[in-house]
Amino acid sequence: MSRLHVSGLSKHFGALTVTNDVTLDVTSGELHAIIGPNGAGKTTLVAQLSGELRPDSGSILLDGRDITDLSMPRRVRLGLARSFQITQVLPGFTVLENVALAVQARQGSSFRFFAPVGQEAPLNDAAHDALRDAGLEDRAVLQAAALSHGEHRRLELAIALATQPKVLLLDEPLAGVGGAEAEDFIARLKSLKGRFTMVLIEHDMEAVFALADRVSVLVYGQIIATGTPEQIRSDPKVRSAYLGEEEGA
Amino acid sequence: MIAQRARLATRVKVALILFALFAVFPPLAFALNDPFLILIGTRILAYAIAAMALDLILGFGAMVSFGHAAYLGFGAYAVAILSSYGISDLVVQMVVAMLGAAIFALVTGAISLRTQGVYFIMITLAFGQMAFFFFTSLSAYGGDDGVGLPQRSTLFGRDILGGDTALYYTTLVLLMVLFALCHMIVRSRFGRVLTGIRENRLRMEAIGFAPFRYQLTAFVISGCLTSVAGVLLANQAQFVSPAFMSWHRSGELIVMVVLGGIGTLSGAIGGAVAALLLEELLGMLTEHWRLWFGVFLVLMVLFSPRGITGAIRQIIGRKT
Ligand SMILES: Nc1ncnc2c1ncn2[C@@H]1O[C@H](COP(=O)(O)OP(=O)(O)OP(=O)(O)O)[C@@H](O)[C@H]1O
Ligand SMILES: [Mg+2]
Repeated sequence: MSRLHVSGLSKHFGALTVTNDVTLDVTSGELHAIIGPNGAGKTTLVAQLSGELRPDSGSILLDGRDITDLSMPRRVRLGLARSFQITQVLPGFTVLENVALAVQARQGSSFRFFAPVGQEAPLNDAAHDALRDAGLEDRAVLQAAALSHGEHRRLELAIALATQPKVLLLDEPLAGVGGAEAEDFIARLKSLKGRFTMVLIEHDMEAVFALADRVSVLVYGQIIATGTPEQIRSDPKVRSAYLGEEEGA
Repeated sequence: MIAQRARLATRVKVALILFALFAVFPPLAFALNDPFLILIGTRILAYAIAAMALDLILGFGAMVSFGHAAYLGFGAYAVAILSSYGISDLVVQMVVAMLGAAIFALVTGAISLRTQGVYFIMITLAFGQMAFFFFTSLSAYGGDDGVGLPQRSTLFGRDILGGDTALYYTTLVLLMVLFALCHMIVRSRFGRVLTGIRENRLRMEAIGFAPFRYQLTAFVISGCLTSVAGVLLANQAQFVSPAFMSWHRSGELIVMVVLGGIGTLSGAIGGAVAALLLEELLGMLTEHWRLWFGVFLVLMVLFSPRGITGAIRQIIGRKT
């Protein structure tokens, strides 16, 4: 049942404790949201889950397998994909190429030197599927650098989807996206529910309470509460530490 | 992808134009009654191969190797050493040169690729110098002074390359074949991964690629191709010395690639032509040609950071 299991995870930057004994259990198929104020350590947590950063202590299990010491590429190949809060794309590549490359990582060897990759239909077809899921299919031939901010956010999602993950770590996919575009994005995430196990970092409370099966609240690197959206909303600890802040602001 | 296709077609078109010009060059030299030009032409074509091989890692892989002249040395010394043992066959010499280059590239590349950026440049320079001093210490092959080659390499047991024109066209054919090879590589699966690492390393890791093995493979391929240029240069000069692998030479190779426009392959070929012609011309006009060459480079970088390719693109773009 437990897809991603994190226990006793800690990380320090000098004197600063950014991840403080985090224990987290993400069950198969659920959408688990992690909320918390700015600087709470959400991105640092994602970085440790994805393998970009090594924790100082603690362990991470994916489907019961200890992945704490595996590199980021190894984890991705085991089915743990992430998107970035700050967009990371290949600016000189087209949108389609950005996504096709993520498909290629999972399909066959990349030590092929002669056949033109642009003509590999299976790669392009799978890439088009991911673009459709992210709502970018009509941008396929554009250069990634030419996209708008909102389109960049959707490309982030499409690339992560194209790796065919079991677990999807989404670090503020809606960052900087507003209005109708955000609503569309939330609907797309909702339609992906069940197909993937998702860990969603998000600031937008509306989005979180609309999407999440369970919510964990991270404050100063520590998980202070985990529960259903209703439980979190009414939790007095959370209200004073986090939601109260929002209401006061 | 539309933009990508167009760029692709341009790369091939530019290369074909250059190859056509190269092909008609020898008859022209004869018409001008100056067959010595053919030897200069052969030198340019051999450097074009080396510059193109360097562009494969510099332009497409963002690996600025400052020790690439070492591979010219491996090629040149493969000719000198093997022919001193009576093995004069060009194909055998090239295979041995590439094997030596591959081993050196594999070992030094594996170490150098632990670093990035300026550190990568410095460590490849250091390895290049190690190779330089190693060949300088080979007293059986003239040490510092180098050694002359009594005759050129043979092909199919015959002295086909003895004539300057035959050597020129052999070099041209190899340039064309290796261009086709590099062109295929950069648009293959492997090439897309290599270029992706240049574009955004973190993104590539986050979709499951471990950059090291791809970069190292490209580094080895580039070293092998550069050694082919070394074999040809030894035949052109009929002389081999450590000067082939001095760090100046490594710098010149980088200049050729940057001058032509990085990451274009055909630009590197044009860059080799431009750099060596400028060197010849300025050398005739003044003994301070290096200074003027430097001035030219600075102007080039200021006005067209993307090299000759970029300048041409600007001019065409302005017209239409
Ligand atoms: N590499 C680093 N070195 C030192 N301190 C860091 C480093 N990365 C992050 N921090 C600090 O760790 C803390 C947590 O940062 P993190 O980016 O994880 O927060 P976050 O919850 O994602 O914030 P936000 O909501 O703004 O995205 C911050 O105080 C940040 O300044
Ligand atoms: Mg963050």
